[in-house]
Amino acid sequence: MSHVIEMLNIRKEFPGIVANDDITLQVEKGEIHAILGENGAGKSTLMSILFGLYHPDRGIIKVRGKEVRIASPNDASDLGIGMVHQHFQLVQNFSVTENIILGKEGGFVLNRKEAGKKIKALSEQYGLSINPSALIEDITVGMQQRVEILKMLYRDAEILIFDEPTSVLTPQEIDELMQIMRNMIKEGKSIILITHKLNEIKSVADRCTIIRKGKLVAVVDVASTSQAKMAAMMVGRPVNFTVAKEEMHTGAPILEVKNLNVQNVKKLPAVKDFSLQVHSGEIVGIAGVDGNGQSELVEAITGLRAIVSGSVWINGKEITNSSIRERNEAGLGHIPEDRQKRGLVMNSSLSTNMVIKEYYREPFSHRGVLNQSVIDEHAQDICDAFDVRSGEGIFSHAGKLSGGNQQKAIVGREMALGPDIIIAVQPTRGLDVGAIEYIHKRLVEHRDKGKAVLLVSFELDEVFNLSDRIAVMNSGELIDIVQTSATNEEEVGLMMAGVKIKEAAL
Amino acid sequence: MKVRIKSNAFLIAVSAVILGLIAGGLLMLAIGSNPFTGFYYLFRGGLMSMERIGNTIATAITLMLVGLSVAFAFKTGLFNIGASGQMLVGGLCATLVAHYVFLPRPLYLVVIITAAFLGGAAWGIIPGFLKAKFNVHEVVATIMMNWIAYWSVYYFVPIYLKAPSLETESRSIAISQTLRSPWLSKIFGGGYINVGIFVAIAAVFILKFILDKTTLGFELKAVGSNRFCAEYAGIKVNRNVIISMMIAGGLAGLAGMTYYTGYSRNIQIGVLPQMGFDGIAVALLGASNPIGVLFSAFFFGILQSGKGFMNAMTEIPPEIADTIIATIIYFTATSVLFKRFWDAVGRRSKAKALQNQEQADGEGVSHE
Repeated sequence: MSHVIEMLNIRKEFPGIVANDDITLQVEKGEIHAILGENGAGKSTLMSILFGLYHPDRGIIKVRGKEVRIASPNDASDLGIGMVHQHFQLVQNFSVTENIILGKEGGFVLNRKEAGKKIKALSEQYGLSINPSALIEDITVGMQQRVEILKMLYRDAEILIFDEPTSVLTPQEIDELMQIMRNMIKEGKSIILITHKLNEIKSVADRCTIIRKGKLVAVVDVASTSQAKMAAMMVGRPVNFTVAKEEMHTGAPILEVKNLNVQNVKKLPAVKDFSLQVHSGEIVGIAGVDGNGQSELVEAITGLRAIVSGSVWINGKEITNSSIRERNEAGLGHIPEDRQKRGLVMNSSLSTNMVIKEYYREPFSHRGVLNQSVIDEHAQDICDAFDVRSGEGIFSHAGKLSGGNQQKAIVGREMALGPDIIIAVQPTRGLDVGAIEYIHKRLVEHRDKGKAVLLVSFELDEVFNLSDRIAVMNSGELIDIVQTSATNEEEVGLMMAGVKIKEAAL
Repeated sequence: MKVRIKSNAFLIAVSAVILGLIAGGLLMLAIGSNPFTGFYYLFRGGLMSMERIGNTIATAITLMLVGLSVAFAFKTGLFNIGASGQMLVGGLCATLVAHYVFLPRPLYLVVIITAAFLGGAAWGIIPGFLKAKFNVHEVVATIMMNWIAYWSVYYFVPIYLKAPSLETESRSIAISQTLRSPWLSKIFGGGYINVGIFVAIAAVFILKFILDKTTLGFELKAVGSNRFCAEYAGIKVNRNVIISMMIAGGLAGLAGMTYYTGYSRNIQIGVLPQMGFDGIAVALLGASNPIGVLFSAFFFGILQSGKGFMNAMTEIPPEIADTIIATIIYFTATSVLFKRFWDAVGRRSKAKALQNQEQADGEGVSHE
C-alpha cells in the first residue's frame, strides 16, 4: 500500500523544549492511524505542523508521495487534509448548512438549496444522519461534531485528522463515531486519530504511532498489541489498569442523603427525592449520563446550591443548612468537576492554592496574620507527596501547570484536609493514563484507611474500576444501587437509560 | 520568582512612563515648541523649590489615597469608579469636624481621620452591599453614588457651612484646624503640604500588610482572582465584597480629607473632584500594588503641579501634561505588549547565554 502521508524526521523546537524530536509518521491510504501519547508528548505539535499552523525546524512532509510545503491551513486543505478540532469552530445561530459552506460559499448569491443537497447526500453516504437545516445551538454536542466532520467532507478532504474526538461524547455517541470512522475508511478516506484512550484505538485503529516526550517510541500493529503494552510504551513503564483493592468491611454511614430535592439553574427539579448512604471503607460510584442531576446533587451536598427539601448528614450530624466552611470542617472533601473554574485560583501560587481551605486555621495563621513559611512547607509537602510537578515549585502559578498536575494538586489538597468523605467529581477527566492510575490509587487508599469516597463519573470504566457499590442516576432520580461485583456494564447501561431492572423483572 | 514578577510590573510601568513622555515630547514638537525646554519647566515647576516640592507632595497625598482606594477594590475584582463621591463625603465629614470640633491636636487628628474614613466607607459600603445582595454592578452603583454625593454637598454646604460672601463654597477653615502643620510648613516654606502625607504613607504600608500578610487579604485576593474557587473553598464571597468596598471607600474618604482640609480649606459645590478619577490612573500605573501606588502618585503629583509653571514659562498649554498622563495610562493598559516584549528580551538573552555555553562546551570537546 502507498503512503498517503509521510512526515519524515520532523523536529520542532520551542523555547526551552523540543516538542518533536526526529519524529517520523507514515500513514497508509485507507487506514485509521492512531497517534498515542500522554498530554504534552508532542501529538498536537506534530498535527499542527501537518495542518500548516507550525513550520518544522527540520524534516520533510510528503503527501501522496510528493514532497510538499504546507505554509497554512489553506495549503493543507488544498492537499485534501482536514482537521476535526477538539473545540468546535461553529457559529451557534447558523444552520448546519450555513456552517458547512462558510468560507466556501462560491459566488455572490448563496445557493443554500444546492449546498443542502450535497450535504444531505454526504450525510447519507457516511451514515451521519444529520438535518442540514437545524441550527447549531439546537443540536447535541455529538451532532455538532458531525457537522465538523461534514465540513471536511464537503471540502473533499481525503485525509481527516481527529483531535481527541471522544472527550465530549457520551458512550453511545462514541460508538456511533467509531462506526462513522469505519464508513469513511470504506469510502477510501484515511484517518489520523489523536487520542490517549486505549480502548478507542483498540476498537477502530489499524496501526498506532506512539510518542513519548517528543520522541518516536514505536509504530505498532493494533490488532496484535495489547492495551497494556501500548500503555507501557506511552508512559515508559508498566501501567496497572485495574486498581488492586482489598476486601473492606464497611462500617458506619459517613455521608447520608435523605429524600433530597434540588433545583437546577432554570428552577426546574434536577434531583428528585434522592437518598443515599456512603459508609466508611467504601467507594460509591454514581453512574449516569452527563446532565442527569449529578452536578446539582454534588453542589447540594457540598453547599454550593440551595436544597429545596430533604437533608444531608455527615457522621450523624446534620449539615443541610450549614455553610460551606462548616461542611469542610465536618469532614467533607470535594474534588470539583471543573478544576479550572472551582478547583484552583489560576493566577495565584500553588502555595496559596494549597491552603485555600485552611489558611484561617492554626498553624497557617495566627490571629489573622498568615504564617507564610508554614504555608509554603505545607504546599511543599503536598507537592512532594502527590508528585505535583511545576516549573517553579510551590511558587508557580496554578495556571501554569499541566492539567494532570493541577488535578494532582487538588487531590493532594483535599486529602491533606483529612476528610472522612471525599466527593470526587470526574477526578480524571482529560488526564493521561499515568495520572489516572495515580489518582485512582490515592482514592482507593483513602477508602482502605476506613474513610469514604463518593465518586461521580461519566466514564463507566472508571465507575466499575473503583466503586464497591454503584448508584445509577437518571433524570435526577436514583434508579438503583447495586453491588459492583453483582452487576455488569450492560445492566448499568440500561439503568443509565432509565430502565428499572428490578421492576422490569417483576 | 516573586522578585521577577515585581520587577516585571516595574519594567512595564517605567516603559509606559518613558513612552508617555516621548509621546508628550512629540506633541510639543508638533505644536512647534522645544520638548526639552517643555520638560525642563514641567519638572522644574514641580520640584524647583522646597515650596514647590511641598505642593507636589500635597497633590501626591490625595492621589495616593485615591489610588490606594481603587487598587484595593481592584484586588478583590471590583472597579471603584466612585472615589470622587467618596472623597466628597469624606471631605464633608472632615470639614464639619474642622469647623465644630475643638480638641488637643493628637486627639483632633484621630477624630477627623475617623470621621473622614467613616464617611467615605459609608459611601463605599452601599455599592458593596448592592453588589453582594442584588448583583448590581459596582460601576453603575458607584457612579450613581457620585452624583448623590455631588448633590448632597450642593444642598448641605449653602445651608450649614455657608461662607460669608459666597454661596458656592463653604467658609474657610481656620489654619490651625486644617491638616497643615507649622513645622512642616516651616521646612517647606509654606504651601499646601500637610500631615496627610503621614496618613497616606501609613495607609500604603497598612494595606501592603493586609494584602500580603493577613487572612483578610488572602480572602480578598482569592475572591478577586476567582470567586468561584473562593466560594468553593468556604470563603464568604459577599462579605468580602462589602468589606473591600468599605475599605476602598474609607481610603477615598481620607483622600477627601487631605484635599478639602489640607490642600484646600473649603469645599465647593457643583464640583466632582477630578482626582477621584485620576486615582484610577495612579492605581493602574502602580499595578494595584501599594508600593507601586506610592511612586506613581508622586510622579503624577509632579506632572500635576508642574504643568502650570510649564505653561507660564513656555507656549506649551497645560493640557500637554494631561495628555502625557493619558498616554501613560494608555501604555499601561496595553501593558501586555510590554510584558511580551520584555519576556522576549529575557528569553533571547537566556537562549544566547545557553548557546554560548554550548559553544564553549563544544569547543572544549574539540580540543580534547
